[in-house]
Amino acid sequence: MTRDTRLAWINGLMLPLLNVLTAFAAIAIVFVFINVDPIEAAKIVIHGTLGYEEGVGYTLYYATNFVFTGLAVAVAFHAGLFNIGGEGQAYVGGLGVALAVLAFDPSISPWVVIPASIMGSLLFGALWAIVPGYLQAYRGSHIVITTIMFNFIASALMVYMCVHVLREVGQMNPQSKMFPETAWLPFIHDIFAGIGYKIAPSPLNLSIVLALLFSLLVWIFLWHTRWGYAIRATGKNTTAAVYGGIKPKKVIILTMCISGALAGLVAVNELLGYQHRLMLDFQYGYGFGGIAVALMGRNHPAGILVAALLFGMLYQGGMELAFELPNVSRHIVVVMQGLVILFCGALEYIYKPRLVRFLAPIEASE
Amino acid sequence: MDNSHIAIELIDVDKHFGAVHANDKVSLTVKTGTIHGIVGENGAGKSTLMSILYGFYQADSGHIKVFEKDCKFTSSRQSIDAGIGMVHQHFMLVENFTVLENVILGTEGGALISESLEKARKELTRLGVEYGLEVDLDTPVELLSVGILQRVEILKGLYKGAKILILDEPTGVLTPQETDELFRIFSALKEQGVTIILITHKLREIMSITDQVSVMRDGKMVAHRQTNETSTEELAELMIGRKVLLNIDKSESKSGSPVLKVTNLHVSNEQGIERVSDINFEVCSGEVLGIAGVTGNGQGTLLKALTGILPLTKGSIEVFGKIITSDNHLGPRILRELGIAHVPEDRQRMGLITEFSASESALLGYHNDEHLNQGLLLKKALVKKNCESLMSSFDVRPADPNLKSSNFSGGNQQKLIVAREFERDPEVLIIGQPTRGVDIGAIEFIRKRIIAMRDAGKAVVLVSVELEEIMSLSDRIIVMCDGQITGNVDARDAEERTLGLMMANALTSSEKNQEVQS
Repeated sequence: MTRDTRLAWINGLMLPLLNVLTAFAAIAIVFVFINVDPIEAAKIVIHGTLGYEEGVGYTLYYATNFVFTGLAVAVAFHAGLFNIGGEGQAYVGGLGVALAVLAFDPSISPWVVIPASIMGSLLFGALWAIVPGYLQAYRGSHIVITTIMFNFIASALMVYMCVHVLREVGQMNPQSKMFPETAWLPFIHDIFAGIGYKIAPSPLNLSIVLALLFSLLVWIFLWHTRWGYAIRATGKNTTAAVYGGIKPKKVIILTMCISGALAGLVAVNELLGYQHRLMLDFQYGYGFGGIAVALMGRNHPAGILVAALLFGMLYQGGMELAFELPNVSRHIVVVMQGLVILFCGALEYIYKPRLVRFLAPIEASE
Repeated sequence: MDNSHIAIELIDVDKHFGAVHANDKVSLTVKTGTIHGIVGENGAGKSTLMSILYGFYQADSGHIKVFEKDCKFTSSRQSIDAGIGMVHQHFMLVENFTVLENVILGTEGGALISESLEKARKELTRLGVEYGLEVDLDTPVELLSVGILQRVEILKGLYKGAKILILDEPTGVLTPQETDELFRIFSALKEQGVTIILITHKLREIMSITDQVSVMRDGKMVAHRQTNETSTEELAELMIGRKVLLNIDKSESKSGSPVLKVTNLHVSNEQGIERVSDINFEVCSGEVLGIAGVTGNGQGTLLKALTGILPLTKGSIEVFGKIITSDNHLGPRILRELGIAHVPEDRQRMGLITEFSASESALLGYHNDEHLNQGLLLKKALVKKNCESLMSSFDVRPADPNLKSSNFSGGNQQKLIVAREFERDPEVLIIGQPTRGVDIGAIEFIRKRIIAMRDAGKAVVLVSVELEEIMSLSDRIIVMCDGQITGNVDARDAEERTLGLMMANALTSSEKNQEVQS
């Protein structure tokens, strides 16, 4: 094994694994403090996420959102941009979905409505990211600051839209009217039922296929096209990119556009797939979760799929814990996520020097 | 001076960095009051050895004796206390402090520094007189030239009580005149009994100033010689382990019509400061135009303007019938497509992307090429195959397109860049510092390729701070100083002394006239 591949193994697999285990250990300690048996909690989480069909469905449904936002953060990261506006971009993506769906007559075929509303989510997510992108490229405003601020603007905009523009006539709730069934993405349990397998119903819908498809597309785009090359070159070394005839300003705009569009897809899973109407805060937490997912997944689609699955499990497992154990509140989800982010994100490299030193004798013996 | 005492003795010093054996049982003896040269290619282990001596690294095994006393250095402080001073390649000075303030840095004494400043002033004045190292102590160092900065560094070492001075590539940034001045200082120091260790890859300097010379190769000490008993050729052979051709044989140039014409050119750098002022020149097909000058006199900015990276502020560049002006900017992509190749000055920061694989770095600048793309997709297999053929025709080692660019040695990185730029058969080659930090074997190879391109009828613009490189490759030479052209001579008539004076813009008008007449 060469030094390079060994480092790749350490960075790509062993470190994330060790970090996750440490986070689990820390979560176990928290449980001990609140008088919960960690072993029993682990059993509940494992059963709740993997042990029965509905639980698996929920886990994958949550994971789908994390795949979209994880990919969004990763694409931007490859261009050296830290897009932490996934939250706002997903939210506004919901507006794109709702406007597209509500623009069509309920009698129009799903083959038109669904692709059009997916396009709506991509377009509106992209539009919400393009403004910070433009400000970064041509005005030098830092993307971290502008994308954060755009989250707040998105929040205000969506409240306005839900309260004043799209609210269902005669209703008090700040949400749109129910989408017509032609705009619903099929549930996975319905698809299985259609081919003769009966599985328990869950919110899991066709968006998960979209998530896998976009993971593949992002991988091809970044590593097998000239635009992906330009994005990665700009992210790794802007000076060299300029030398190579790449225009960083254009790359920034293109990247933010793609990043925002990917975040916008959260609305497809949430609104077309499950809620079937536009409502407030449907994207809550997924945008920020995506940052941790991308970090853990090393900004690679394959890693992001794995990390998104872990976050889906934390989400679903945390809900199960709150449901099963009286002295655990549903905020345990936030605690668990927080500890995973702390150990996988902020303390990413704590084990690296030790691990390298530990492996050094093997290296010397080769 | 008594030469029989031994200042430094290293016995079997050994040092590993992971799998790299940086120093392999190195032994070295340096006599008191002599100038001892250490030569070797990049990566031969010279800097590691000196860092061990200066307490930056600890040796894995071996002994160090300074003035015949066993020493074990775990920090540079201990090394300084033992009487060793180091002058780094990059000066370690605080820009906006005065010379005096810089010298006392680290030895300020009590809460108020006025006392130690006064003490230092007296001591420095004494040292200045004794060694011929006079410097105005109250000037902020940012206002001083590099030659003077080097003196400040030497003074710093002496002030801290150094009896042994280590200088790492001290002449890299100096004009020939400043180099002469430095060597005069060396002689004065030697007279006073100071021992000097000079690390360099410039064999001519070794021959002209040192008493003994030691040669390192691949982490080993391969030879010790009395300087007056050896020759440049022998040292070069010892350094690389085989005979080497340092002077490139080249035929007369068969220059054709002008292909690149620069008129009244003004360019500002990224910070908006004008670094190129009113430059005019022409380059013909089949000739090498050398641009000489000390680092930082506008050559870098000129290169960036010629290759479309920086816009012009005034004037024009005419190439392939297209005219570039401040209003009509053509970027690097268009210029490359027109047939201008660019080997940048700084290969690590600009020439390749160190975190990319070699095959991706070999694609830089050409990722939009039609034959490398099929519809939306890059033809990755073809990209890799291209890289393999570049590697084999330019002898890049290891010939592995998947290896990360940063894992190649400097010389091989440079060969990869040169291969990428030369193999596209461009009409105009813009080349900056083609052999900086490259080992001798690769230098010879790259220089031959440049001449081969010239002989194939290409127009070559060569910027280098190595005067010897400019003189051996160019057909015509222009000299830049402070953003302007201060000399323009035929390479056959060029003479190092005159070029050196032009580089410092110190040619008197009578000398200029003579130069024009000759």
